[in-house]
Order: sequence, then structure tokens, then C-alpha cells
Amino acid sequence: MMSWLPEGVSTFAPQIDRLFYGIYYLTGAVFFAVQITLLVFVFRYRHRPDRRAEYTHGNTTLEIVWTVVPAIILVVLAFVSRSTWANIKERIPPSDFEMGVTAKQFNWEAHYAGPDGKVGTDDDVVMDNDVYVPVNKTIRVVLRSKDVIHSFFVPSMRFKQDAVPGHEIPIWFKVTKPGKYEIPCAELCGFGHSGMRGWLHVLPQEEFEAWAKEHKIGSTAPAAAHG
Amino acid sequence: MSEAISHADVRHLAATHHEQSFVRRYIFSLDHKTIGKQFLTTGLSMLVIGGILALLVRWELAWPETAVPGFGWVPEPIMFGGIIPPDTYNAFFTMHATIMIFFAVMPILVGCFGNFLIPLMIGARDMAFPLLNMLSFWVALVANIIMLASFFVTGGAAAAGWTSYPPLSDIPAYSGVYWGQNLWCISLIVLGISSLMGSVNYITTIINMRAPGMTWFRLPLTIWALFITAILLLLALPVLTAGLGMLLFDRVAGTHFFLPSGGGEPLLWQHVFWFFGHPEVYILILPAMGIASDILAVFSRKPIFGYRAMAFSMMAIAGLSWIVWGHHMFQSGMSPVLGTSFMMSTMVIAVPSAIKTFNWLGTLWRGNIKFTTPMLFALGFVSMFVIGGLSGIYMASTPVDIYIHDTYYIVAHIHYVVFGGSMFGAFAAIYYWFPKMFGRMMNERLGKVHFWLTLIGFNVTFFPMHILGIGGHMRRIYNPTQYDFLLPLQPVNVLITRGALLLGFAQLFLVVNFFWSLFAGPRASRNPWEANTLEWEAPSPPPHGNFPGPLPTVYRGPYEYSSPLVAEDYLPQARRLEGRVAAAPAH
Repeated sequence: MMSWLPEGVSTFAPQIDRLFYGIYYLTGAVFFAVQITLLVFVFRYRHRPDRRAEYTHGNTTLEIVWTVVPAIILVVLAFVSRSTWANIKERIPPSDFEMGVTAKQFNWEAHYAGPDGKVGTDDDVVMDNDVYVPVNKTIRVVLRSKDVIHSFFVPSMRFKQDAVPGHEIPIWFKVTKPGKYEIPCAELCGFGHSGMRGWLHVLPQEEFEAWAKEHKIGSTAPAAAHG
Repeated sequence: MSEAISHADVRHLAATHHEQSFVRRYIFSLDHKTIGKQFLTTGLSMLVIGGILALLVRWELAWPETAVPGFGWVPEPIMFGGIIPPDTYNAFFTMHATIMIFFAVMPILVGCFGNFLIPLMIGARDMAFPLLNMLSFWVALVANIIMLASFFVTGGAAAAGWTSYPPLSDIPAYSGVYWGQNLWCISLIVLGISSLMGSVNYITTIINMRAPGMTWFRLPLTIWALFITAILLLLALPVLTAGLGMLLFDRVAGTHFFLPSGGGEPLLWQHVFWFFGHPEVYILILPAMGIASDILAVFSRKPIFGYRAMAFSMMAIAGLSWIVWGHHMFQSGMSPVLGTSFMMSTMVIAVPSAIKTFNWLGTLWRGNIKFTTPMLFALGFVSMFVIGGLSGIYMASTPVDIYIHDTYYIVAHIHYVVFGGSMFGAFAAIYYWFPKMFGRMMNERLGKVHFWLTLIGFNVTFFPMHILGIGGHMRRIYNPTQYDFLLPLQPVNVLITRGALLLGFAQLFLVVNFFWSLFAGPRASRNPWEANTLEWEAPSPPPHGNFPGPLPTVYRGPYEYSSPLVAEDYLPQARRLEGRVAAAPAH
């Protein structure tokens, strides 16, 4: 079943996929154990007129075991998940490149620094639905929305974050493979929700620099973008 | 027992003595059994409408932008010669979920079975407040009518999802929906009043009107479940009402509760909505858990395994359900630190569900299992609920949720819980209590065909949705073929729709069986399943006042099956054993 997972192309992908697979095997084992037990019981203890069911109200030891064991497993799972979550959403590492993405019905606007070298000013270079970033660089993006809630989703990156009007949500990612990846909107945003998609173009550093020059992107360096 | 009860008893006894007019008896009835049947009628009717909407949604996803056979008559701009446009599609899935949750599953499980079973199973003659009970139904019917009317207003019905996140739901220009969304808010506010009246009634009745000897730990688990559900309803619905009020004011009175342009906060709605919404999920599943527990014990001819653990785990679920709402908001822009704490509470709430599952298996162990239709649905409930419970662990883990949030993985999960869980429980309940409700048996052969087709159709429909979710398929999209990365998944969408058509077809067996049995089924005896609980002491169907003669006295817990004290394999709660009365265990 997990073979349906798209190829992972960001630094997040191996971390999330590891957990995903872990939970898959864990729940898979419980699934088979419970369903097979159910089938065996249903078959073995099917009605016979000459038999009488065992008169028992329970077994305290057994009940304590099947309370404590799942509790421990689930709490451990929460702790294991915790660090991956913090790496992706809580701690934003120093960035190599900064830009903005603004969602609107029904496009993704990519904002790059204009001649002033700063993102989020009037001279930003803006393009609809095409987001260009260099490969293997830490990209910091400020996510905004102009109207309703959208959700920036890049399946191949295993990344998703809602864009909320009135909020400026900082996100980051590092893509490890050049290519062209779809950016669907994952939150219902109106009649044009379906089909709201952009493309994430991941270019090798030299190609990206050439592209930036061609489009008069003010700066590709983090220092200037901090401004 | 208190004095209030004897007054109520007198009143109900008096009521049995005079003939009632048709209108008082069947329409504006104060009798909890009639009100229960009224909720069943509206609930099942809305189930049909919700189901048709689901099939329309599925058609669009399998064969996008093609005409739906048989729907060419629907006028523009709702459909165009049978083709569903995107705004109508959004309205269809929004109304599908709204109708199923608020107007089908809740009325059937809580409205119908809550009403019908509580007085009968605790040994009372009626609810504590019969008039309030009647009003609760009629107010709910008004909410029903308002919700259905919203299909016919300009701009169509609400189309911002059943979760109606603002600003999309807040500013008409964003969604193109005008009065539809307002009516959606108003209908649910009205429905909230109905549930408030119902829940106050349930709680009061269970606390005050239990028959002599019916201690708390002699209550059947169905009653425990309904009691806890009523408390959740009482506390959760007003929160939704507050949110709906703010949304409505934003739309019609120019306030900005959820609009950043006026200093409002869109995430406030999500907090309010899910603070209601998560207890709501348990409002939908707890009654089914109680019902399945009772039916499993009856047809295993065995006491429920770990009765107290079953009752306490439901309380634990209810308590924890108030502190897990943030798991719906991991990717919403809420502080990621808060996400971690909600992950912890969410992991913990899985434990009581695990306890229940193991106890159900324990109940089957060394039983003497009879495969009646209600038992098949109860077994199906356990099996499907396990899948829904396990798939929940994926989204509880915050990093995995980053990927699967807002995908079909969530859709698969919710349907395993609400259909595989709640609806399978509701089907089990219909087959099990039909003889008591209508005095006739349902047809077992048709019932079994219904079960197997439903089980197969259900799994062909919803299991592959996990695959869609793993493939990254978003929820609520109109046309999956617009996305390159979803093209390989399109055959799965087609398979799912075929499964859904089978699932829809399977329900015809229930409809036929229901109506055929209603008029021509064999007469039901007083206790056809040889069960222990008090409703089986009353005639089938019970008369007004439920128990002819004095109220039953309860001598033991509800699960004394295959007890060594008696030769037969059941020992009713109200049966007095000479010399052994005091020694009977309380559970």
C-alpha cells in the first residue's frame, strides 16, 4: 500500500516516511492480530445447541495489561514524533534564500525580492503559480493569504501548511532533487479550489542564478533579504 | 426513589386510561416510543438524501464532468443536463456531511434509540419531561426543513464544507453562496435547541427514574453510553451555537469575529468549531459502542467482558474528548508547540478505545455465538471500528499528519468511524429492537444479504481511500484529473465509486425488509432474543406507560448470560430467584 507514496524529494521526506512506515507496520500488526482473533473466535465459538458459554465477567490482570501496553506504545510514539515535528515546524534553520508565497483565489503568487533586495515590498517580482527555488538550499518562505484559507501542499516534499488571511506564517524547506513538482491547494477555498495548483521548479544553483538574473530578482542571498 | 417519580408515574398511569385521538397518539405524541419512531423516520429519510448526495459526489470523482444518469431533469444552475458544476459539487459534499452527521446519524442513534430505549431499559414509564421531549422532535423537524430549504435559495446550499471555515463561509463573494450559508447556520442553531432539550431530558431521566434495584452499575452499557453522550451534547452543542451565532452575525450584521479586515481571527472559528467537533465525534460513536456491547453479550450468550472497564473507558473518552480538538488544526497555523501537546492528548484518547476493543473480543471468547443479523452488524462494527481507530493513529502523529492532513486518508478514517462504526451500530440496533418497536420480526434472510452487501460495498468504497490518501489525493476537489500526480490514482477513484454504488444498492434490502416486516413480519414475542434487559419485560410493542402493572424490580446486572444459577442461558434483570436475590452480583 505504501508504494503509492510519491517519491520524496525534500529533507522532510525521509523523516516523515520513516514514521509513516513505522506506524504502518505497527498498526498493520495490530490490525491482523485483532481481525484474525475476531475471525477465530467467531468460528470457534459459533453456536452449538449442546454447548454453554463460559460464565465470566472479566480478568483484571488481562485488562490491566491491555490498558498499559497500548498506553506505553502510544506515548512512545508521541515522543518519537515530537522531535521530527519540531525539526519541521518549530525550528527554522538559517536560510540560504528568502521569498514569499501569497495564496489567493485561485492562484499561488510567488514573491521575490525586487531591485531593493527585500521581499514583501512594492517592487517585488511576482509570478503566478510558478515557484522557482534552488536545489539543496534552505528556503525560507513567508506564507500569506489575500482572501480565504488555502493550504500550501507539495506532496513530493511531504509538506503542507495552511495560508491564513491576517497571518504571516514562516515556513522552510530544502529540496534534494531538481525537478518540477505540483503545488495543489489542500484546503477548500471556493468553486475554483480544484485546479488551484502551481509548480515548484527546483533548479541546480547555476541554473537558478541564471533564472534569477533573467527575471531581475533583487537578491538571492539571505543577508540582503533580511533587510 | 424520589417523589418526583411517583408523580410522573401517576401522571403516566392516568394517561393510559383514556383513549387518545389519532393526532395526540401518532403526531403530537408525548410518548417516548412514538417520539423515538418519529426520529427514526426523519433520520432514515435524511439518510437516503445524504446517501444520494454521496453518490453524486462519487460519480463526479470517478467520471469528472460527465452527466449523471437520471439527473438530467435538475434545473440550471444546479446541474447542467446532469453535469455537476464545481460550486454545486462543493454544496453536495458540504450538505452530504452536514445531513449525515446532524440529521441522520445523531437522530437515529441519539434521537430514536435514546428516546425509545432509555425509559424501557431503566424501567420507567416515560421520560422525565414528556412535553419537552415532544418539542425536541418538532424543533428538530423545523431544523430539518430549514436545512433542506437551503437547496432552493439563490446561490444554492452552503458550500464551504461541513466545517465551514471562514473567511470562505463568512463573505458571500468568496463562495458565491448567499442565503444557503445563513440557513445552514440558522438550521444548526435551531437543531442545537432541540438537542439541548433532548439531552437535559435524558440526563434527568437516567438519574431520577431508574426502576427499584437499578443501581448505576446495573445499567446496560447502552444506557451508560447514552447518558455520557447526553452530557457531551449538553456541553458541546452550545459551543457550536456560539460559533454559528458569530458566523451569522459576520454575514448579516457586519461584525468581524472571523475576518482579519476588521481585527477578527479566522482561527477562532476553528478552535470553537473543533472544541465542539471533537466531542461531537464521540457523540456519534459512543451510542454505537454501547449498543454493540449489549448485542455482543446477548448473542455470545455471555456476560460482557469487563463491564466496569467498559463504563469507565466511555467516561475517559468523554473526558479526554475536550482536550484533543487541536489535532484537527496541526497545519492550520496554530502554534506548532501547541500541536505537540494536542498530539499527546490524542495518543492518550486511543487507549480507552483499545480497552473497549479488547473487551469486545473477550466477550466473544468461549461464547456460544448466534449469527443473527443484529449480531453480524455488531461484529462488523467491531471489525470496522478497529480499522477506523488504527488509521487515526497516523494523523495523531503530527509529522505524518503534515502529509495526510486534508487528503483522502482523513476521509477514509472518518467514514470507518462514522459509517463502519456509528452506522453499523445503528443497523445492528434497528434489527435488534425492531421487534420491540413494532411488534414484528424482521426477515433474517434479507437482513443477512443486507449485511454482507453492506460490508463488501463499504470496504470497496472506503478502504481504497487510504490508498488515495497515501498518494496525496486532496479532499474536496472537483476533478482529480486536473493534477498530473493524481492521474495514476484515477482507476482507484473509479473502483471506489463502483463500491459506493454497491453500498447504495445494498440499502434497498433494508428498505424492503423494513417495510415488509412492518406490515407482514411474523409477530414478535415479548423476548424473542432471550435477552436480560428490562425492555424485554414489556410487551412487543410496549403500550403507553410501557409496563402493564407495577414497574419491574431489578435484581442483578444486565449481562447474566449462561449463569450457573439457572438452567437456561439467560437470567433477566427483573427475574426474582428465591433465596438468591441478595447474593446476585451487581455486575
